[in-house]
Amino acid sequence: MQTTESKAETTVDPKEVAKFEAMAAEWWDPTGKFKPLHMLNPCRLDYITSQVAAEFDRDLTTNLPFKGLCVLDIGCGGGLLSEPMARLGAAVVGADAAAGNIPVARIHAEQSGVEVDYRHTTAEDLAAAGETFDVILNMEVVEHVADPLAYLTACQTLLKPGGLMLCSTINRNPKSFMVAIVGAEVIMRWLPKGTHDWNKFITPDELYELIRNAGLDPVDRKGFVFNPISWNWSLSDRDLSVNYVTASLKVQDS
Amino acid sequence: MTYDSDILIVGGGLNGPALALALADAGFSVTVIDAQPAGARADAGFDGRGYALAIASQRLLSAIGVWAGVSANAQPILEIKITDGRAGEGPSPWMLHFDHAEIEEGPMGFMLEDRFLYAAFLKAMEAHPGITHVPGETVINQEVDGSRVSVSLASGRQLKGRLIVGSDGRKSGTAERAGIKRTGKDYGQTALVCAIEHELPHHGIAHQFFMPPGPLAILPLPGNKVSIVWSETHEAAARIQALSDDEYLEVLKPRFGSFLGKFSLAGQRFTYPLNLTLADSFVAPRLALIGDAAHGVHPIAGQGLNLGLRDVGALAEVLIEARRRGEDFGAVDVLDRYQQWRRWDTATLVAATDSINRLFSNDNAFLRFARDLGLGAVNAMPGLRRTFIREAAGLTGDLPKLLQGRQV
Repeated sequence: MQTTESKAETTVDPKEVAKFEAMAAEWWDPTGKFKPLHMLNPCRLDYITSQVAAEFDRDLTTNLPFKGLCVLDIGCGGGLLSEPMARLGAAVVGADAAAGNIPVARIHAEQSGVEVDYRHTTAEDLAAAGETFDVILNMEVVEHVADPLAYLTACQTLLKPGGLMLCSTINRNPKSFMVAIVGAEVIMRWLPKGTHDWNKFITPDELYELIRNAGLDPVDRKGFVFNPISWNWSLSDRDLSVNYVTASLKVQDS
Repeated sequence: MTYDSDILIVGGGLNGPALALALADAGFSVTVIDAQPAGARADAGFDGRGYALAIASQRLLSAIGVWAGVSANAQPILEIKITDGRAGEGPSPWMLHFDHAEIEEGPMGFMLEDRFLYAAFLKAMEAHPGITHVPGETVINQEVDGSRVSVSLASGRQLKGRLIVGSDGRKSGTAERAGIKRTGKDYGQTALVCAIEHELPHHGIAHQFFMPPGPLAILPLPGNKVSIVWSETHEAAARIQALSDDEYLEVLKPRFGSFLGKFSLAGQRFTYPLNLTLADSFVAPRLALIGDAAHGVHPIAGQGLNLGLRDVGALAEVLIEARRRGEDFGAVDVLDRYQQWRRWDTATLVAATDSINRLFSNDNAFLRFARDLGLGAVNAMPGLRRTFIREAAGLTGDLPKLLQGRQV
């Protein structure tokens, strides 16, 4: 039994590989199914890189500025954030609860010549295993989980003292309903219908409260704003009405 | 996966080395594949070829560390005078006059001989630890394989990079090998280019005479020399180019006029057929085109190199920012940002130079009258005139940081 099982694990089914390759191509096609994420990505990365650089005193104009940092990318999907972090020199664990995403992300990282440790696991399981990280990327995940406080508490456990968590989500108000549900899912069809449940969206104040209750210190929040004229995203200090991102720290001696 | 360099640039002219310097300054490793053999054009003498550098271009050269080595040989352009005329009749009284004092940005531009600019680029490339210059080599094949582009050279050597940049001119092999088609047209004109030594000082004034066969530009060089770019129909140009130097000057005299006193030829005479060639796309997977490889325009306003340096500034900024974010800088969504930035600007300039040339290269009495009025009208309105000056100085549009003299 033991031998057949390990054989089953190491023998790669070419049909499965072909399927995952097609899915990887889909995840990474800037004009395909994940187009909204690709469009948002430079803006998300600008926020992430500047926050990490500021917190850990790194110079982004140097080669491999994040060398020596351990980064956890929760809900890594095809690796749209994991790969850039690895390229900047970080040791990256990409975790996704959807098993199908893992081989897809692995194949793409291999094609790109980037090293990322992709795992089919959850924040709670990683926390239980006692792993810790300098940086947690928690992007567009919290609006999809069943118990946000329990989830954020697991994230807090996963952070080293002095560590940084970046958490983005969608605000809950009439505008976000029009933009994120009616606009993105119904009119533009950027996202499949049912991708988001508006009732699970979280206001910035609620998120700050949840983060504090989970034992972290929220230190910054910014809006991701889509400009339909220039057709791109930018960061905003004031407009957090739909998509927004937060930065929180785990206090050194907690 | 191994790479010889992050970026492989095909073409060692001016835009290629400019991009190499901008990228290497930001930490990229760059290889420049240059068809010219090593030592070619070293210590070149005066040959009369020069560039009218817009202020924005001069700022870019400054930002990449090339300007200091050429500034002593550059002639500031302090004024531009544009007139409509017919050979032998002298300029029309309706003249358009741009003076640099109106925009408070220093001179409107600089005239710089090709030999000085080229030598400065060569020197800066050799001195930069991030740049590998491969002279005397041509590319015979290129292939994209996932995150890598491989290039085969005529010598049998292979080079691998993450991105290939075609800076290989109007007949870009880089674009052709990638299957990028071109749209082009022939203007039916050939530019005659020469340098003139003259008696009276030019005071840093550039002149553009619009004449029925085509425009004549007089661009000031250091000392009592000017560079002349003069357009004629293909047939007339071939006839004039075949003349002896003395006969050539006889043809030029009525067009040139006598405002600079006695004059004689200095350096060689060149001809360039005027055509437009625009690549249908400026990017492909792991490939970007810059300069004439992307867009060869009518050199009527001396915008060829200036337009190329705008490509350099935009592409460098897009790639540097992508790399700092950790993005795969050769990916098509990154390269598309460059294409979006540059294509509109290029289309505008192509349309503008095209219509200016069509409007002025004409002897129709009504058009002559209309454009004389037009020149007079622009001249009479300071706001509009300043807009034209800023445009000519390359200070309009969404300017890449390097062209503002700033680092990315």
